[in-house]
Amino acid sequence: MSTEPAASTLARPRTRPAWHVATVAETRRETPTAVRLVLDVPTWPGSEAGAHLDLRLTAPDGYQASRSYSVAASTPAAPGSPGQVVLAVDEVPDGEVSPFLVRDVRPGDQLELHGPLGAFFVWRPGQSTRPVQLVAGGSGVVPLYAMAAAHAAAADETPFRLLYSVRTPDDVWFADELAALAGPTLALDLVYTRRAPEGTADVVGRLTRESFAARVLPAAERPRVYVCGSTGFVETVAGWLQELGHAAGDIHTERFGGLT
Amino acid sequence: MSFATRGFSGRRRERDDRLPPGQTLVQDWPVLSAGPTPQIDTGDWALTVRDETGTEHRWSWDELLALGVEDVTVDIHCVTHWSRLGMEWRGVSLDKVFEDVESEHEFVMAHSYGGYTTNVPLEDLLDGKAWVAVEADGAPLDPEHGGPARLLVPHLYFWKSAKWLRGFTMMPDNEPGFWEQYGYHIYGDPWKEERYW
Repeated sequence: MSTEPAASTLARPRTRPAWHVATVAETRRETPTAVRLVLDVPTWPGSEAGAHLDLRLTAPDGYQASRSYSVAASTPAAPGSPGQVVLAVDEVPDGEVSPFLVRDVRPGDQLELHGPLGAFFVWRPGQSTRPVQLVAGGSGVVPLYAMAAAHAAAADETPFRLLYSVRTPDDVWFADELAALAGPTLALDLVYTRRAPEGTADVVGRLTRESFAARVLPAAERPRVYVCGSTGFVETVAGWLQELGHAAGDIHTERFGGLT
Repeated sequence: MSFATRGFSGRRRERDDRLPPGQTLVQDWPVLSAGPTPQIDTGDWALTVRDETGTEHRWSWDELLALGVEDVTVDIHCVTHWSRLGMEWRGVSLDKVFEDVESEHEFVMAHSYGGYTTNVPLEDLLDGKAWVAVEADGAPLDPEHGGPARLLVPHLYFWKSAKWLRGFTMMPDNEPGFWEQYGYHIYGDPWKEERYW
């Protein structure tokens, strides 16, 4: 069994981030509050599963706004075929960039990307034979979906498990894709905090440490753990993981938002 | 190469001159950390500065506070594009911490409880430019924000202001710290948008 210290592993040679022009190829409603954007990016070099990018919008008067988004999927540019980047964006109430992306963007629109970014919160095929536990809260599933998809695409045999907490069945991001991945390559546990699918026996309610422990790989298997969600969700989950015996260095986190 | 994106106007508000390029003013205080939040009791906390001879200067929590806690009002800028302006902090000036440290080295590695590191030139920590912060927004620092004590170097991007600070090691060269090894800029001046390399 490997004993690599996750937090001190040096980044390997990587793709330097650069500016890219993206053209919107497709927009699709992801959930009642979120949109999926499929972008054609002729210069995209590809990105690792879990990476993110900066998206920049410019107004006619030169005013600019930039935000960071996780990459859900990407294809590197190759001779004869443009690269492609898939983002999924949740509308932040009273936000400046996300309401525009969710409501106003349409195919043919152009915007600027800077990336790929992030060499820490990533999963690489062949990096380790230790099992992987993914824990997502709401829109935090985006980089973890990218990891699960990369794992399946690489036919990597590392055991993968995803615990995904959502409010209702309508709030599942990448629902069809996750359903297709679930099975031999991915153990998928969906937890509904407000409403479960009709006709199922799924229990509705917030996770507790006990219900959480029953749905994740035990510490004895020494999984590498990736947690992504709101600050409150990640703080709670990371605390439970440590109480359940997972080493702090095995727990990778990505948070959004402040303390509430 | 910038061009206007169709339909985007942005918020029609005055651009604050205190905001560096690419930054957006926020009212809350986002939390960004690579792993779980360490819980450190001030009774167990200590700050250590180690020089090239291996000599260690060490302060307990009470000894650090006895150096003198001052009010600091500064702007902070995160590499993930948010800024807070006129934020009220309290902390101990690093001029006091480094007063009796004799070193020929010009670079410093800051170390955190939990293993995080970040590199900073010594001159960026002196002359009233940096503090060991123990309070923010009128209250002791929350663990999620780096409590009980974090480095505060507000003129650099905020990842340089290491949470859960435990000490400094003098270095002859500007070795990259944790995020710097993962692609963040070696220096991190927000006014030059030194985000990544």
